[in-house]
Amino acid sequence: MPKVRVFVTLKPSLLDTAGRTVAGALHKLGYDELEEARIGKLIELEVKDYDEKRVKEMCDKLLANPVIEDYRLELVK
Amino acid sequence: MRVAVVRFPGSNCDQDGLYSLRGIGIQADYVWQDDHSLKGFDAVWIPGGFSYGDYLRCGAMAARAPIMDEVKRFADEGRIVFGICNGFQVLCESGILPGALMGNLRQKFLCRYVHLDRVNTTSPFTQGVTKTLRIPIAHGEGRYVADKDTLKRLEGEGLVAFRYVAGPGETSEEEFNPNGSDNAIAGILNPKGNVLGMMPHPERSVSETLGSTDGLQILQALKLVGVA
Repeated sequence: MPKVRVFVTLKPSLLDTAGRTVAGALHKLGYDELEEARIGKLIELEVKDYDEKRVKEMCDKLLANPVIEDYRLELVK
Repeated sequence: MRVAVVRFPGSNCDQDGLYSLRGIGIQADYVWQDDHSLKGFDAVWIPGGFSYGDYLRCGAMAARAPIMDEVKRFADEGRIVFGICNGFQVLCESGILPGALMGNLRQKFLCRYVHLDRVNTTSPFTQGVTKTLRIPIAHGEGRYVADKDTLKRLEGEGLVAFRYVAGPGETSEEEFNPNGSDNAIAGILNPKGNVLGMMPHPERSVSETLGSTDGLQILQALKLVGVA
């Protein structure tokens, strides 16, 4: 069955408070080279037949909020 | 006026809403999210809580529940729609109100009193407010964000309903705008002024026993609106 990975990420202009917290923890561990960490979501979907249009519809209708998020799809064979 | 208090799986301020409305003599009854009709109701109350466990995004799945088509119709027809806390998140997720609610600035769940100044003076929700309100918040994701154009429009058209302001002893914005909302926005209106979404809980400040009666200043005004 085709599997689709949906990567949902916060728009670059928005402050990611969770990512900032993680970056702070990594700095404390000594990773001084780290500039920024941002946290997104990975949603794995299994569909009977892959129809990109339908999957994008799922993203637009529910999985991503266009006000604050972007998404991209990756088809896993 | 009869108010529908809409319940989703995970709503938890529904009883507070019903109690506070009935307490001031407004008829109110529950409506389940899977219902398709708001027949017999004049206004909608979307309560706080953690609908659908806050999974995916706060309010995201509740915003797509069957009853929401009716809520949108009420909003369009100029009837009162009032979303509090998770209810505000649901209204933003459904597109009825602009912007979004994101994680609090310092990643902490905040359960405390805040102070609110009304900004808009003409809406049914704000017209009866005569002073700075002391009302509680209880949320992890209440940081209101919107793009620059939207913020400019909200401010320019008087659609900011309430703003967090300094209470006694508070000097920095970090103290009085604890979630870090853009422009210290606590609640916004739709252009017609019949839809309000706000993070603070007026229904939790309706008696001295609860520590504040300031919420009544918002709720009492709804009585004046009468049947929409």
